[in-house]
Amino acid sequence: MPDLGHLLSEQIRTACNEHQPLVIQGNNSKAFYGNPCEGQTLDVSGHHGIISHEPSELVLTARAGTRLSDVKQTLAERGQMLGFEPPSFGDATLGGTIACNLSGPRRPYAGAARDFVLGCRIINGKGEILQFGGKVMKNVAGYDLARLMSGSMGTLGVLLDISLKVLPIQQQAISLQFELDVKQALQQFANWRQQPLPISAACHDGETLTVRLTGSSVALSSAQQTLGGEALAEGTDFWQQVREHEHDFFQDQRSLWRLSLPATASIDLNDKQFIDWGGAQRWVFSDALVSELRAIAETVGGHAILFRSTQDNDDRFHPLDKAMLAVQQRLKKSFDPERILNRGKMYRQL
Amino acid sequence: MQTIDKQLLISKLSAFLDSDALLYKEEDLRPYECDGLSAYRRLPMLVALPRNIDEITAIVKTCYQYRIPVIARGAGTGLSGGALPLETGVLLSLARLNRILDIDHENLLATVQPGVRNLAISEAVADSGLYYAPDPSSQIACTIGGNVAENSGGVHCLKYGLTVHNIAQLKIITIEGELLTIGNHALDSAGYDLLALLTGSEGMLGIIVEITVRLLPLPETARVMLAAFDDVELAGTAVSDIIADGIIPAGLEMMDNPAIRAAEDFVHAGYPVDAAAILLCELDGTTAEVSDQMQRVHELLASRGASEIRTAENDAQRQQFWKGRKAAFPAVGRIAPDYYCMDGTIPRKKLPWVLKNITELSASYKLPVANVFHAGDGNLHPLILYDANKPGELERTEEFGGKILELCIEAGGTITGEHGVGMEKIDQMCIQFEDAELQQFHAVKHAFDQHGLLNPGKAVPTLHRCAEFGAMHVHQGQLSHPELERF
Repeated sequence: MPDLGHLLSEQIRTACNEHQPLVIQGNNSKAFYGNPCEGQTLDVSGHHGIISHEPSELVLTARAGTRLSDVKQTLAERGQMLGFEPPSFGDATLGGTIACNLSGPRRPYAGAARDFVLGCRIINGKGEILQFGGKVMKNVAGYDLARLMSGSMGTLGVLLDISLKVLPIQQQAISLQFELDVKQALQQFANWRQQPLPISAACHDGETLTVRLTGSSVALSSAQQTLGGEALAEGTDFWQQVREHEHDFFQDQRSLWRLSLPATASIDLNDKQFIDWGGAQRWVFSDALVSELRAIAETVGGHAILFRSTQDNDDRFHPLDKAMLAVQQRLKKSFDPERILNRGKMYRQL
Repeated sequence: MQTIDKQLLISKLSAFLDSDALLYKEEDLRPYECDGLSAYRRLPMLVALPRNIDEITAIVKTCYQYRIPVIARGAGTGLSGGALPLETGVLLSLARLNRILDIDHENLLATVQPGVRNLAISEAVADSGLYYAPDPSSQIACTIGGNVAENSGGVHCLKYGLTVHNIAQLKIITIEGELLTIGNHALDSAGYDLLALLTGSEGMLGIIVEITVRLLPLPETARVMLAAFDDVELAGTAVSDIIADGIIPAGLEMMDNPAIRAAEDFVHAGYPVDAAAILLCELDGTTAEVSDQMQRVHELLASRGASEIRTAENDAQRQQFWKGRKAAFPAVGRIAPDYYCMDGTIPRKKLPWVLKNITELSASYKLPVANVFHAGDGNLHPLILYDANKPGELERTEEFGGKILELCIEAGGTITGEHGVGMEKIDQMCIQFEDAELQQFHAVKHAFDQHGLLNPGKAVPTLHRCAEFGAMHVHQGQLSHPELERF
């Protein structure tokens, strides 16, 4: 596969000179995510391919346009996986996944996408190709601009290549279920959290708590004895449905909110919530006012993202206070002085 | 902009600081002239020892008004000169902000002031069966504010991550004197990931005044195994094979023969002194999981040619196994008048290549080297032995050290795994990064600190600078904080 880095950098340089906004696009699987933004499409899906995978180093380097499914398959062939269990939402690319910092059910126990980023090669808004971080586990040379890319929605730079720490696939998994209400479920999560249990996912759909244990078979049977509950036969399918929003809960036509909260937070909602991440991530379908959901999240110290909207609002992400917004605007300017990369995708001012 | 002299600055700061919170006489400034990298010494204009966030804000605002540089300092245990003062600057000691503010057991969070010692956090939550995972070797003395500024590592990084993976929220004072809260008590926050950016930013972007760290439940069991090898390359291969087999050890350390001998002579850990290399492999988790993995690792080490494998049968024996490794730096300090510690990280598979090259360089520079190695995460600490009293030997050592860092870059690694750039490795930054990348770093710095007042001159070299060179210089065994373990 050809390296399109220089071609893309030329396009960005030209756009910078002409003050032409660009909309970065991989496989367009997350077109729903973030504020609508306008500009010329910068297609990065052609910049794809796995550059290297060193199982003994626990490192994979791939181009941003590489399909997540290809990454997962390459890793699985050598008994490894992406620790943050990202959703594919159809046909996601690695670049889009990192740019959105999307992580699946394993996130509280293994880390988020950003935690696994070791390094990346990017193009900033001036068309300069820059490399930060590396392919090693420990690296404190220079500011951590590689991790900063994660979750920046393409507004600071176009991702070219990404190096990730990967993990061995754990030998066995079992999922257990418990009939509990929301309050009991949150308490159960909190109790388990304080114990050294091999938990790798924990969610609650309103009536049923489901917990996944992973590890060696001896470890699992001992943990199962401690926890109790009913074993779920189709555990793998269940967690895939949760991850990909294919679970029954997600069959709803209203706007979908993602509330990121302290795990024990108790919130007062009229709408049903799907609790994931042991309490730290709540999915809510709601027609409530944007300000209402934001206030609910803010009261408990979290933030609310309008994940899938039925309308064209440009306030998908939780607003920043004035001082913080000013810092983030200056940071944006340091990477992309002409504001050509995904202008407004995160915040109108960025 | 108003200019100000030392006397006027003292009077401005005295308006809101108690007399014992402001040091300006030479004898009082002397203890602050260096951090753990004692080869670099400079007296600050004055030292401020604030007690709370209000005082820090007032100091920073005053400095900003008169464009006085501010250099933050925790316990001063850093090994790269990150807290080296400036003659024209205020050294801001955060040592008095040493309280644990809140422990939230149910959310596994502890909120602490920056001057709290790393180990004090784990001690405070040990009764609840919890701990704070990152464990830099100086954890008995180093403070959490400094850990965040340096993104400190430790023995358990491979499994539990660095500081950046284990913090939830920071409060910082910007150079304008504004309090910013970065992150929250959830698992992510709105906007750019400034938590990642600030961690490891070496005091260049803001003053860290409060930290919320993530806690973990203590593992049910931790066990350690020691394996001896007649060949360094075999040991290196065994490390890769353990990881390729799907095992993530809590700690995986390697020492070469000179390091083994030095450690054994010093603390009598019972190490096999004829081995070319030893590996220490610690596994933790549930008891069932650990015993399963111990067996797998044992079989693997045996099949990879280990000449001897020992398993610690109890906690006392486990401590004994670790004792030699933890004492490796001071042990090496006993066998040579001086040593110079490097901190490169490399892909593990390049270990034999890097070691072979280090051996060749050692012969051509006529300077012996002992290698200790966080093998699990590829972080190499070659210790070059020399005698600064021999004319020209320090210069030769520095040149040799530079070659080792260049080897690390050539192997696809980095010049610093966990000690930071500070003053020490600022020149090697020019080798690791291209001009445009360094310019991007400067642009980021400018976004936080447009007048360049926070810890100026550290971490990121200017483009025309690449001439000076630094070293961790241990003269006659006189390392700062000799009581601390260094590994």
